[in-house]
Amino acid sequence: MKRLLASREVLLLIAIGALMTVIALRFPAFIAPSNLADVFNDTSPLILLAIGQMIVILTKCIDLSVAANLALTGMVVSLINVAAPDTPIALIVLLATGFGALLGMVNGLLVWKLAIPPIVVTLGTMTIFRGLIFLLTEGKWVNSHEMSDAFKAVPRTVVLGLPILSWIAIAAVIAFTIVMNRTTLGRAFYAAGGNPHAATYAGINVGKTQFWAFTISGAIAGLTGYLWVSRFAVAYVDVAGGFELTVVAACVIGGVSIMGGIGSVVGAVLGALFLGIIANALPVVNISPFWQMAISGAAIIIAVALNAQANRSPGRIILKRAEHAT
Amino acid sequence: MSTQATTDTDPVLLLSGVTKVFPGVRALSDVSLTLHAGKATALVGENGAGKSTVVKILTGIYQPDAGHILMDGEPIQLPSPQSAEQAGVTAIHQETVLFDELSVAENIFLGHAPKGRFGLIDTRQMISRSTQILESIGAKIDPTAVLRDLGTANKHLVAIARALSIDARVVIMDEPTAALSHKEIEELYDLVEGLKRQGKAILFISHKFEEIFRIADFYSVYRDGQMIGEGAMQDVDEPDLVRMMVGRDVDQIFPQRTSNIGSEVLVVDTYDHPTEFAQISFSLRRGEILGFYGLVGAGRSEFMQALFGITRPSGGSVRIGGDPVSIRSPADAVGHGIVYVPEDRGRQGAIGALPIFQNVTLPSLHRTSRQGFLRLAEEFSLAREYTQRLDLRAASLDTEVGNLSGGNQQKVVIAKWLATQPRVIILDEPTKGIDIGSKAAVHDFMAELAAQGLAVIMVSSEIPEIVGMSDRVIVMREGRIAAELGRDQITPETLVGHAAGLSEAV
Repeated sequence: MKRLLASREVLLLIAIGALMTVIALRFPAFIAPSNLADVFNDTSPLILLAIGQMIVILTKCIDLSVAANLALTGMVVSLINVAAPDTPIALIVLLATGFGALLGMVNGLLVWKLAIPPIVVTLGTMTIFRGLIFLLTEGKWVNSHEMSDAFKAVPRTVVLGLPILSWIAIAAVIAFTIVMNRTTLGRAFYAAGGNPHAATYAGINVGKTQFWAFTISGAIAGLTGYLWVSRFAVAYVDVAGGFELTVVAACVIGGVSIMGGIGSVVGAVLGALFLGIIANALPVVNISPFWQMAISGAAIIIAVALNAQANRSPGRIILKRAEHAT
Repeated sequence: MSTQATTDTDPVLLLSGVTKVFPGVRALSDVSLTLHAGKATALVGENGAGKSTVVKILTGIYQPDAGHILMDGEPIQLPSPQSAEQAGVTAIHQETVLFDELSVAENIFLGHAPKGRFGLIDTRQMISRSTQILESIGAKIDPTAVLRDLGTANKHLVAIARALSIDARVVIMDEPTAALSHKEIEELYDLVEGLKRQGKAILFISHKFEEIFRIADFYSVYRDGQMIGEGAMQDVDEPDLVRMMVGRDVDQIFPQRTSNIGSEVLVVDTYDHPTEFAQISFSLRRGEILGFYGLVGAGRSEFMQALFGITRPSGGSVRIGGDPVSIRSPADAVGHGIVYVPEDRGRQGAIGALPIFQNVTLPSLHRTSRQGFLRLAEEFSLAREYTQRLDLRAASLDTEVGNLSGGNQQKVVIAKWLATQPRVIILDEPTKGIDIGSKAAVHDFMAELAAQGLAVIMVSSEIPEIVGMSDRVIVMREGRIAAELGRDQITPETLVGHAAGLSEAV
């Protein structure tokens, strides 16, 4: 598996490299380290959400409510900040993560205990979460001047050359690489999605595993919600509208199998970076945003076609056997 | 053994010299079958005798590799299910193949609905003809009702009405009573009599001798894809049929083993389930191989799944090594030393996308991890130990299981369970669908497990395997234990007798 994944990820790295070369030919400043750092920072929310989504997709589920969760949690912490500007930021971060996790748990419980298809559950909660924002605010925005300076400062504070937002994304990549490869929970995610029946017989509670996947995805969405509204210094009903599809796209481009059981943190991150580079570079080189959408779409289809090709290999078994015989 | 079928009518449908070969298996070898107008012919045989293959050839799903199908003496081809319907052959299957969301009339006429103007479906005519057909078989069903609202028996009647709607001359009934209650079975008998009076030729497939003797006029017995005998029902009795079905000799080689049966490991006391089984009690000892025999649907796998914690029993208790235990999930079962190697290993066994070592250690992760963190070195050594014991050859333990051959995947699955160091291993149809050579390997391995002191439960529908391997056999019928047979009582005749519920066990 390592070799296969490696090849998938290497392929994506090459694609990203080619993309950057093409961009650099027309606009050399794009690959200046400071600009690349900006691109990375700009892509950080997508990286965070893609990691959560990757875990959910691994377990044969999908979480369409991530962007709505992000917007609702962002609004809730903004309102808390407006009502109690002295609330410590550490507590705000904790609240955002916890509240997001709670919303994720709602998804997870519905999938686990009521066995409702995940796409239906999260389509429903997506709408409910957005509706809740409207109920909370009656459609009013929370604007920059209402937020405390400390609240807005966190994602932009630069530490060791990178904004905290980027550091959080990097920390998440490291933490979840460890979770996925070195913990029983991580193994359970792969097993539950790879073959739910076999996982059940091996003593893994598939429903509960899916519940935890949704909880993690929700917690990440909640944390990202705070980072998002504080970075843009505004919270309203339509924050990150439609962003859930970009997140799923990042996963798919990153080699995460929509059938479950196959995927990696590195893949999801590369998929997010690929989309992030397109989003940041194309306007610079004067290509219309509509081309950007078309390119993202083509990338998704190419990625899925490549993955399908990789998984369909009837002759490989014979080859392997011949290999062993020699 | 074969007596000439005597009849005053020419056969409607005749199969002669039909052979069907699948890769590695000769499913049918030079078999024949004769069906007469207005008569029912029972097709009798054990699981794997070739009955389903014949049905699939008659309904145009399979093509025979050799032999002829004659209808009214004329050779015909049935290259597709449509052509079989056009030839007037229709089948009512064990699990009714109907559409829950469509109406009764739509189900009856799906694929051949009466057409009106512009080629649109003539709903009115469809409903009136449905009413006619349903009345002709004495079914009180509203043709406009949605199928999902009907009970099993009525669904069967709809399936039969569908069969009649295409003006069938040959009606195949594949275990039609499997899901019916006693009263519904009586009604089905009347219906079959009615069909016979209408001149239909009926092929009746059943494991239950009672109904074969009640309904059939002729019989054909198949065994291992070969024609064993045919004739008129009045010329045979139950023991004759059983002898033909199981054959006299068990021609497979099973490992010689001297059972070394030790202390009691597992005691199951009056396990109940609301729908699948009732009053299951037995005990199991170290070093023992306990066979579970029964017809398909006797509740064996359902019971095993409850014992393993996948489903919950409604009553009963389990003791392991003398201590009462509560098994509420597969994790509990594995924790108490019970493992289950399911029948469908492809679907329920290995995880193709994960490497060998991760498959092997999956149920044992509690031993190779600390506080939820995995110890990869321990995982590798555990996986290496058990894959070597099973002589699994792979380039590396990092190889994805999906890339291994079928036999090696099987070894991964078994290694996975042995690595949990179980006390009781449940093997569900351990040799189903594998070739003779691999079967022998599995049997040797099973004997070795028992010799090492493991208690083995072997669920099997293959009589030779049950006879050749078991120290003791529990026969289940309709969710209950029909008999418990000691070593010297295990014969093909007693097994079939108890499983089919013969009045007097042969």
